[in-house]
Amino acid sequence: MSEEIIVRRTALRIPYSWAAGAHATRFYREIADRRRIMGTRCPRCERVLVPARKSCSRCFQDTTEWVEVGPAGVVTSFTIVHYSEPRIQPMEPPFAVALIRLDGADTALIHLLGEVEPSEVRTGMRVEPVFADEPKGRILDIRYFKPVSVD
Amino acid sequence: MSGQVAIVGVAQTRFQSEKRAQNYAELVHEVVSELFRTTGATHDDVDNIVSASSDFWDGRTISNMAIQDVVGAYMKSESKVSSDGTLAVLYGMMRILSGQYKTTLVVAHSKGSEGVPNLIANAAFDPIYQRQLGIDGLSTSALQARRYMEKYGVSEEDVALVSVKNLGNARKNPYAQVAGEFTVEEVMQSGYLAEPIKKLEASPISDGACALLLAREDIVDRFTDKPVWLKGVGHCQDSYYLGDRDLAESDALAVAARRAYTMAGIDDPRREIDVAEVYDAFAYQELMWTEILGFCPRGEGAELIRSGVSTMDGTLPVNPSGGVLAAHAVIVAGLVRVAEAALQLRGEAGEHQIPGAKTALAHGSFGYCGHMHCVWILSNEK
Ligand SMILES: [Zn+2]
Repeated sequence: MSEEIIVRRTALRIPYSWAAGAHATRFYREIADRRRIMGTRCPRCERVLVPARKSCSRCFQDTTEWVEVGPAGVVTSFTIVHYSEPRIQPMEPPFAVALIRLDGADTALIHLLGEVEPSEVRTGMRVEPVFADEPKGRILDIRYFKPVSVD
Repeated sequence: MSGQVAIVGVAQTRFQSEKRAQNYAELVHEVVSELFRTTGATHDDVDNIVSASSDFWDGRTISNMAIQDVVGAYMKSESKVSSDGTLAVLYGMMRILSGQYKTTLVVAHSKGSEGVPNLIANAAFDPIYQRQLGIDGLSTSALQARRYMEKYGVSEEDVALVSVKNLGNARKNPYAQVAGEFTVEEVMQSGYLAEPIKKLEASPISDGACALLLAREDIVDRFTDKPVWLKGVGHCQDSYYLGDRDLAESDALAVAARRAYTMAGIDDPRREIDVAEVYDAFAYQELMWTEILGFCPRGEGAELIRSGVSTMDGTLPVNPSGGVLAAHAVIVAGLVRVAEAALQLRGEAGEHQIPGAKTALAHGSFGYCGHMHCVWILSNEK
């Protein structure tokens, strides 16, 4: 005797309103108003953390100084994503996700690459940001990074 | 450590892509019943329970409420770990060492089939700086895989060897979900999910449960004549922001391993450990983790396989069960590493038994790119 098991299909729909905090707010304000990417420096280890944070994860010190970084930087690792999950992915696969160390930063930013063939992406490639026309205070205010044009 | 704690029984379900015939509680009921049957324990023998599950994976806030009836939590202390099951063993051991309890039931459950794994994984990233990028466990692990491979000169063929070995081993494990005889070529041709990770190098997402019974040394005889002693443990967290780390390294695993080895008196892991179960959610991770655990120099993880050291008949077999590549019930998988290590030390691993194993390592991880690591050293000698 095998009876079909009832399966209840539904979804949890819970809206949230996440406060970004003062540091992330300024980080996005700088992008919107001045097209600048900012990090914050830890007074103890002197690392410049990007994206900007209130405190250093290693030293438990409040960061004290805002530092403009990049906007260009170097790809330190990347992947080409081939699977599709349109409910979360901001681009159609295949697309590139990269760790990018912006000039003057001591940490890498995770972001997307655009205006480049996936097969052309390389570690060590220099890239620069393409900003969104209408910033909304979110990480996609940088639409993606593209290869720095050499000419 | 004053007094010792032993694993006196283990039980696991078969791991499958979808166990529709059982709900969460029924999965847990299966392993707890099996544990009681094999140890002779009853609910009266269980002083307290440490469970491991996830609200997000279960789709239910306070996920442990789903299982409290079947673990016998009524009028007892039950506490949940919302992380890998290796941590539930740690808290279970600490409760016994506190002197307040003689036994702890440790149980973990997860049904990946009932949610949407990529969405759940994406929701772990902070909503202010990262989540909208659409990243998840697979794409961030791919960033780690490339960084590791480029830094240490590891080829895609080297990584594929892990899948060939572990999925081959899994053929002898009746609990495994994925198993098979594959060649490096077949792994290489299995298609990229997120470069350089290919389909056969990524663990499946499974449904299943696992349980252990821990007991204080003065009462282990009541439950078994083959206790497995918890000799050492180390646990460590890395930076949350992946960009803050050099992903080719895992300082957290190095620290966790050092703590576990020091506590257990292990000086030379390669020589003193007889069998290891490590958290290979992706094939490249077995290479990274075994190197950082000190089984070989950095960049030579693949050589451990090629030279036969970490294969079934080697001097230090790694993942004779097939590892996480063979079955990956999130949260549960680390507890299964401990359970599999215990089965090896009891001589009860069946067709994938490593003859004469006396000292075993079990490793669990949680978060992305090895954010958290927990390392256990187990022995069948007190
Ligand atoms: Zn610092």
